[in-house]
Amino acid sequence: MAKREKGKYELMARRFFNWVAGLAILLALWWLGGYLLYINPDTTNFADFGPGPTFSAYPHLWNDGTIPNAIQSSGYRLGVALLIAIACGVPLGILLGRIKLFRELSNSPFQLLRMVSPLSWEPIAVIVFLSWDQAIIFLLSIAAVWPVAFATAAGLAKVDPAWFKVSKNLGASKWHTLTQIILPAISFDIFTGIRAAIGVAWIVLVPAEFLGVTSGLGYSIADARETLSYDHLTAMVLVIGVIGYMLDSSAAFAIKKVSYHRGDTE
Amino acid sequence: MSIRGTNLKIENLTHRYTAKSPLTFEGINIEAEPGESVVIIGRSGCGKSTLLHMIAGLLHGYTGTLQLDGEDVMGTSPRWVMMFQAPHLFPWMTVERNVGIGLKFAGWPKDKIRERVAEAISLVHLDDYAKVNTQDLSGGQQQRVALARSLVMEPEMMLLDEPFSALDAFTRASLQHDVRAIAKQLGVNLVMVTHDIDEAVLMADRALVMAGSPGKIVHDLTIDLDDPRDREDEAVQDYRKQLMQIFEEASMPTREAVTV
Repeated sequence: MAKREKGKYELMARRFFNWVAGLAILLALWWLGGYLLYINPDTTNFADFGPGPTFSAYPHLWNDGTIPNAIQSSGYRLGVALLIAIACGVPLGILLGRIKLFRELSNSPFQLLRMVSPLSWEPIAVIVFLSWDQAIIFLLSIAAVWPVAFATAAGLAKVDPAWFKVSKNLGASKWHTLTQIILPAISFDIFTGIRAAIGVAWIVLVPAEFLGVTSGLGYSIADARETLSYDHLTAMVLVIGVIGYMLDSSAAFAIKKVSYHRGDTE
Repeated sequence: MSIRGTNLKIENLTHRYTAKSPLTFEGINIEAEPGESVVIIGRSGCGKSTLLHMIAGLLHGYTGTLQLDGEDVMGTSPRWVMMFQAPHLFPWMTVERNVGIGLKFAGWPKDKIRERVAEAISLVHLDDYAKVNTQDLSGGQQQRVALARSLVMEPEMMLLDEPFSALDAFTRASLQHDVRAIAKQLGVNLVMVTHDIDEAVLMADRALVMAGSPGKIVHDLTIDLDDPRDREDEAVQDYRKQLMQIFEEASMPTREAVTV
């Protein structure tokens, strides 16, 4: 028992060490890049891309509200878009998984729509929606809905059909079957879809905020580029990376929590 | 737990899956009294599982009469529950949540569910496993959970579709004994299908031999033995031989047809 515990701690320590080491290697490469820019007279002006100027920019960017405001604006857009994607994607996935006719009819249009780059909807979204905010939320929603819907449908396809027979046999209504059987059975797949949706939406968010709006992480990067504030630009890029990483890790943690399959959590 | 059995009446029951498909079975007549254990025995494909699904209300499209206590079976009901070949437990739930799910569907209050679930778990000797996830149980223990999940509904009749066929010999013997003992203790009807002759002798008050295509009940053998039944007893062995002979004779035309 003690040996197993020891092995567990050793594994955790090794994983943590490698996690830190990976980041340290990235930081070293970044520093090296910054240094090479700095020592070359032709590129000295771009030396602010290096880690030193970037980290020095954070107090200013935080105190003048750039970072908190950008996070708040982008977070609002992403949050609303994800809620819309989940609210539409999960029922859509259940319909795809449960109703053969709907699956067959919707296959070609959905596959076609799925392959349209979300950003290519931008001109239409700008015309249709009253504000840029709404247009961006639409772009993020349309990017995020497909992973949720298809993961839900794939999860449903794996559900043991006998569970429906057993629950019917035990007197389950359609509502019971949905809430007590279907949703718990496919929660792992729904959250996997949500994780993929977060990734896609996060990638779409930044270019979507380059135009029209005057807030958000994408806008902050565009603004830093316009003002040639390379240290601010890199600082905001790093913020995007860190928040994206945190969002993805939170989704992975949620997947681990809802997974009931033995082995999924390893 | 207070359970009473039911009067099962099946008259001239005939079924086919679609208008163009051949008859699955025809002219089935079965009557069972409250608390009686009826085992339907037959080769694979004779329609015995279909018949059981029909009694459970999980399949429709029959002609004839299918009644429990004088009422037509129109669909599923907690009054008659089915145990399947595999336990089909919900793997995201603990033992007690699996057992109590039917009562939750029925809208029972939590404290009453807890009380009844504890009683059912105790009946199947799984008291120490109430909080355990069902994935951590052996096949036999999982089948016991499925049994408790059925018993907790206080059904008048339990329908068993070869529920022990995937278990090892020791677990199977222990469950055969326990299921019959519990059914007798509670007065619940058992209708079971199997292709295991030993199982039929050990569990049945009456063994119905089903054969042919479409399937028909070709023999109704009363098994008049005291409980508990031991497979090594001479009387059990005699019934086994008798049933084997009936079974072989009933299967003869099918076998010849296959040989030709």
